[in-house]
Amino acid sequence: MIEVKNLTKDYGQLRAVDNISFTIPQGEIVGFLGPNGAGKTTTLKIMTCFMPPNAGNVYIDDLNIYQNSIQIRKKIGYLPEGCPLYGEMNVIDFLKFVAELRDIEKASIHKRIKEMIQTCGLKDVVHQEIGELSKGFRQRVGLAGAMIHNPEILILDEPTSGLDPNQIAEIRALIKQLGREKTVLISTHILREVEATCDRVIIIDKGKIVADGPLAEIQNSFHNQNRVYFEIKADTHMLIDEFESLPNIDSIQLYSKENSLYKFYVNFSKDKDIRPDLYNFIKSKEWILFEMRAEQRSLEDIFRQLTEKVEDNE
Amino acid sequence: MSNISAISQKEIRTYFYSPVAYILISFFLLITGWFFGTNLFLINEATMRNIFSIIPLIFIFFIPAITMRTIAEEKRSGTIELLCTTPVTETQIVVGKFFASLVLLVAAILSTLVYVIILAILGSPDGGIILAGYIGLILMGAAYSAIGIFSSTISQNQIVAFIISFFIIIILFLLDKFLYFIPIWLGSILQYISIDFHFQNIARGVIDSRDIIYYLSIVFIFLFFACKSLYKRKYL
Ligand SMILES: Nc1ncnc2c1ncn2[C@@H]1O[C@H](COP(=O)(O)OP(=O)(O)O)[C@@H](O)[C@H]1O
Ligand SMILES: [Mg+2]
Repeated sequence: MIEVKNLTKDYGQLRAVDNISFTIPQGEIVGFLGPNGAGKTTTLKIMTCFMPPNAGNVYIDDLNIYQNSIQIRKKIGYLPEGCPLYGEMNVIDFLKFVAELRDIEKASIHKRIKEMIQTCGLKDVVHQEIGELSKGFRQRVGLAGAMIHNPEILILDEPTSGLDPNQIAEIRALIKQLGREKTVLISTHILREVEATCDRVIIIDKGKIVADGPLAEIQNSFHNQNRVYFEIKADTHMLIDEFESLPNIDSIQLYSKENSLYKFYVNFSKDKDIRPDLYNFIKSKEWILFEMRAEQRSLEDIFRQLTEKVEDNE
Repeated sequence: MSNISAISQKEIRTYFYSPVAYILISFFLLITGWFFGTNLFLINEATMRNIFSIIPLIFIFFIPAITMRTIAEEKRSGTIELLCTTPVTETQIVVGKFFASLVLLVAAILSTLVYVIILAILGSPDGGIILAGYIGLILMGAAYSAIGIFSSTISQNQIVAFIISFFIIIILFLLDKFLYFIPIWLGSILQYISIDFHFQNIARGVIDSRDIIYYLSIVFIFLFFACKSLYKRKYL
């Protein structure tokens, strides 16, 4: 289990991380989401013992970053932002080097490297110079290096940034596969990333945590409105007005109107599900119902709203 | 210990992956060769004295050039993050890099054994003095290297690292060169701090423990500073 407690980090005058706390139970895949400059990388650098915080602590099981830095590093596999690698080395030498630094026994180094080459799909490039590889392959090499000591915890800082869509899909699949028995923390500024790979998301903005939980839960709790999308064919100009006059409705948003086909959203309070009323109302008319479906507010919307709201407060 | 050797080996390989090592060593041989040649044919003397007096000067450029990238480049490329999040300590990183530069340095120094062989064929050089000279060069080179490694931890720019180590070394080198203008008590302190003074002692063929202790202290102090400086990577 990872426990981040009241972490604060200043760069001179700038408070990059502001008293954040969260815990990650064993085996969970967690997304660490926030816009650029939110403080994700800083938090991860502290968690991986690269640099100390100004206040607060990180506990991993019964270890902490002040007293057990070396033991903590042994438990973690880390892919830093931008995937820094030794460009002049070839892939196999690099993996050997990392394996040695990771204190893997001489006898099993070879086997372990072979496994990583297999899982990360590096067979065709083992003897190539890292500097000459494509970004996708570099990322795989970085992952192989991070995983070579079979760590309990995997921390990945923006693992798919700068990749093309195919490479992104491959790396995501790889992360999912690698993360099956591990605790994984993936930082990203892209919501899709979290939707694609994570059980849970921690949203950070301006150094503070603004939301923490499963995506669906955040999505639900965040807005207290339900929303239904309609497509209705009706020979009237008054359709929207008629809907607006119904009880318990918050608002109507007209999306489009072509000839007599209306496409619109009805927003209503979560307290009362008025979908039966809406249906009965339409049934009582001479209209043709093409479509009626409950709409989730998009996560993009919520994410944008969450990370802007804090800005407004300042 | 195995971490130190892993880092050293990787570092040595890096020297020889790039043309840097070859260029530096060729350059080194070229200059020493020229001095050797003039010494041998013009003055007609079977000693290494001339070479031993020029190498400390060459080292003022040569060693900052081989140490400048060691840590600065790791900082620039971000691989320092890779390194410092594995279970290696700052000390192991610094010492590993130091040993690697020492290996390159000793390789360069030993390449001048060619001249000793030529001397031995042509005349009868004093083996004891030559051996002392080599020991002195290695000790002095080790001290320069420690200074170079320390400088490399300060910046992520190799050129800045080069300039810093160049200046530290040249100041330590020149300390005993202006003693005429200085009161004697201060002069003897400066002389003791001077990096060249001790080499001159050793190169005369007298290996005094004070001179050895001096170089080892310089190595120790600057490697210690390097570890501290690397540890204070708060802003990276
Ligand atoms: N080495 C540094 N020196 C000064 N400020 C920094 C440094 N690194 C990051 N920052 C600042 O700290 C804030 C958080 O940065 P970072 O943790 O990299 O955010 P994220 O990874 O979420 O994009 C940003 O405003 C950034 O400019
Ligand atoms: Mg970042």
